[in-house]
Formats: sequence, structure tokens, C-alpha cells
Amino acid sequence: MEAILRTENLNKHFGSLHVLRDINLTVNQGDVICIVGPSGAGKSTLLRALNQLEDIQSGKIFIDGQLFLHRARGKTLRSVKTKEHKKLLLEMGMVFQSFNLFPHKTALENVMLAPMKVKGFSTEQAKARAQALLEQVGLGDKGDSYPSKLSGGQQQRVAIARALAMDPRIMLFDEPTSALDPELVGDVLGVMKNLAESGMTMLVVTHEMGFAREAADRVLFMCDGVIAEDASPEQLFTNPQNPRTQQFLSSIL
Amino acid sequence: MDSSSTIEKIITWMPSLLEASKITLLLTLASVSAALVLSIFLALGKILRVHNRNVPRPLLLLKETGTSAVRWLCSAYIFVFRGTPLLIQLYFIYYTLPKINPAMNIKDRFTAAWIAFSLNIAAYLAEIIRAAIQSIHKGQLEASHALGLSYAQTMRLVVLPQAYRRMVPPVCNEFVMVLKDTSLVSIIALCDLSFQTQKIASARASAVVYIPALVIYLIMTAIFTVTFHLIEKKLAVRE
Repeated sequence: MEAILRTENLNKHFGSLHVLRDINLTVNQGDVICIVGPSGAGKSTLLRALNQLEDIQSGKIFIDGQLFLHRARGKTLRSVKTKEHKKLLLEMGMVFQSFNLFPHKTALENVMLAPMKVKGFSTEQAKARAQALLEQVGLGDKGDSYPSKLSGGQQQRVAIARALAMDPRIMLFDEPTSALDPELVGDVLGVMKNLAESGMTMLVVTHEMGFAREAADRVLFMCDGVIAEDASPEQLFTNPQNPRTQQFLSSIL
Repeated sequence: MDSSSTIEKIITWMPSLLEASKITLLLTLASVSAALVLSIFLALGKILRVHNRNVPRPLLLLKETGTSAVRWLCSAYIFVFRGTPLLIQLYFIYYTLPKINPAMNIKDRFTAAWIAFSLNIAAYLAEIIRAAIQSIHKGQLEASHALGLSYAQTMRLVVLPQAYRRMVPPVCNEFVMVLKDTSLVSIIALCDLSFQTQKIASARASAVVYIPALVIYLIMTAIFTVTFHLIEKKLAVRE
């Protein structure tokens, strides 16, 4: 079976800092992959490079076997047609650490906006779908609330619904619970667990080791811009092979 | 000074002063409104970049040249109109332009003043709008990108509606400043409140007329201040 997402030798520099070093990653349909590691390891950058929030210097990204991006020495070598490019980009939904909801729109409008403006849904279609998604994340009664009236956990769940509204096949989570008060983390992780169980392909950068252990099929340990270890949660947490992983785990547990 | 005759005099001047105030108010409103429209384009032009870089190289180069030309033009416009006095700009449009080209003879004084003021204010407002746009959190752009919104859609649907709120106080400030700057139009003999006040002062050899003039200016300023205060309060509810 063709991998849903694959990278070949991704490299990213911030000035003289080499943040991603020859990243080769394969994500299969239905995989739930957690990426853990110390800060500055390149975890978020990897996620952001995948949906082009960061330009990579070199490497290839394939989505569904199609070449989405090929860059070398900081230049795009192969460019997909704009329409095709956007279609592939939308195969990925993104959830941010800081939620990034649109503050001038209600929860429902946040979820409705992109389906209407990008996919051409009618207001009724978009509204029905948005309402269903808000219910899925447990916020069916909060549709008319503005983000400022919602707790962090609720905002993040709206953000998940908003990303799901574009029907992505892969969900990217960039430290989705790091900005939350401890008592709000559980609700968001609960929604993510449900999503994982429903078969969504997920790539999650997280510091929630409990979630990684429980929900992930694979856990990647990243360190200094490389994937130092790629194993099942069982293996990685109980019997890490790489000394860096051992060191990291002993420092947080 | 006999106070009862002073009040009588002021009352007899009132109709002509109020008539002239209409010009002041109208010029302020018309200029700032036109300037707002123009300045949004100037602000967006000044921060324009190539957003879809996913195109063949020759086209990318063309797009980069085009956007930098737009950026340069907008910056140059702002530089010129902020860098020279409004008074001279007004002279230039009313007196010099017809000398350069007779077709550019703007005979109507109000129109000439309106054009000069709009062009000048736009340069200031453009910087206010640019600052408001750039103060919107980067995460808003990233979320829009991830949802597949184009740059134009992101600006129109996400960034500008949020930037409007931040623009309200400085735009109110601009209104109040323009209201008083309109007194410059006396140099092209447009009969605004200041011009009318001067006329009465010299014809009647009476300096008392400056008192009602000051009061009328203050009342007009108060109208803008209160209106904008209400707008600000209304917009702030959701933040």
C-alpha cells in the first residue's frame, strides 16, 4: 500500500542552525504517530514544514504517492499546478499550540468559513456540517460563542473541528495541549483519542507521554534535527535503544 | 465690552458661521472617507509579497518584479505626501496643476480641496492601516493558510476585520486633526468656518467672532470623539 505521507531527506536551516537533518518519514493510512523529544529538536518545524508553514531547503514530500514538493538548495524544483497543490495541502489539517481561532467569528463561523470560501459549500451545508463537528468535539451548545468566551480547552476543540471541516486525511497536531491549564488537557486529549479510534491518520507533536503511550501506534523520538528512534510506544518507553532517548525519558519521568 | 450687544452680535453672525461649518464638516468627512479607501490599497501594496511561490521560475521572477514595483510605488507615494506640507500640496493642486496642463484645472474650490486633502490624509492613514494589519498575530495567517484560504481571502476575511478594530482610535485622531487642518482651505478662498470667521473679523473689525468659532470647532470635535467612542465600545464587545 502506498504511504499517505512520505518525506525524503528533508533539510531545514534557520541561518546556521540545521534544524531538520535528512528527515525520512513514512506515514501509513490510519497511523497515529506521536513525536516526542526535547525542545529545539525540530519537532514543530517538521510538522510546519509538511504543510509549508516553513520553507525547507531541500527534500521531497509525497502525499498519497504524489510529489507535493521537491526542493533543492532552497529552490523549488518541481512545482505542482496551483490547484493540485492546494488540493494536496488540504489533505493535511493543522491544529496549533495557540489555537489560532478567528477572534471576530463565533465558534460555528470559525468552522464554517473555509468550507464555504475554499470548497464552495452553501451556508446551510456548511452550517449543518459545522454543527455536527462541534457536537463531535463536545461543544454542540457553544456554536454562538466567540472564542474569547471559551476556555482554552474549548477553543482547542473548536480548532480541531475547524480543521476537520476541510475533510483532511491527515491531522497534524503541534503541541495541542501545551498552552492549556492542566485540568483542561483531558478534554482535548479525549477528542484526539476518539479521532484516533475513528481511524484518522494523525501526527502529534506532544509532551503528553501518557497520551503517546496510550493512543500512538508509533512514537518518534526527535533530537537535534534527526529522528533518533522510531518504535512502538511499548518499546520506546520501556526499552529505548538510543542513549539519547534513554536520557530524555529519564529526565522527564 | 458691553456683554448684551456682544451676544447680539454673535447671534447675528451665527447663520453664516454655521453655514461655513457645513463646508468644514463636509470636507473633513469626504476627505477622510476617500482617504480610507485609498489608504487600504496603499497599505496592502506596501506589504505585498509573492505568496504563491509554487510557480515556474520565469513567472516567479516576473511576480517578484511586479510586487516590488508595487511596494516601491506605494512607499514613494507615502513618502511624498507625508514629506511635504499640506498647504503647499493644496497650492500645487489648485494653482500649479492648471499651469502644467490646462486640462487639470479644477475650478471648483471644494473639489480641489477635497482632492488635496484626500491624497494627503491617505498617506497617513496607510501607515495606520499597515501597522494595524501587521499587529495581527502571525498565527491567524498560519491558520488561514492551513485551511486553504488564499492571501486575498485571508486579508479580506480574517486580517482586515480584526485590524479595523485596532484602527478606530488612530482614525478618530486623524478625523480630529483633519477637522482643524481644513482651516488651510482659506488660502484658496473656500468659505469654511475659519475663512468665514476671518471675513467677519476683518469686515466688522471685531475679534469677538473668534469665540463662537472656537466653540463650534470644539462641538464638531466632540461629535467625532463621541461617535468613535461608541464605535470602539461596540467593536470591543467580542474581543
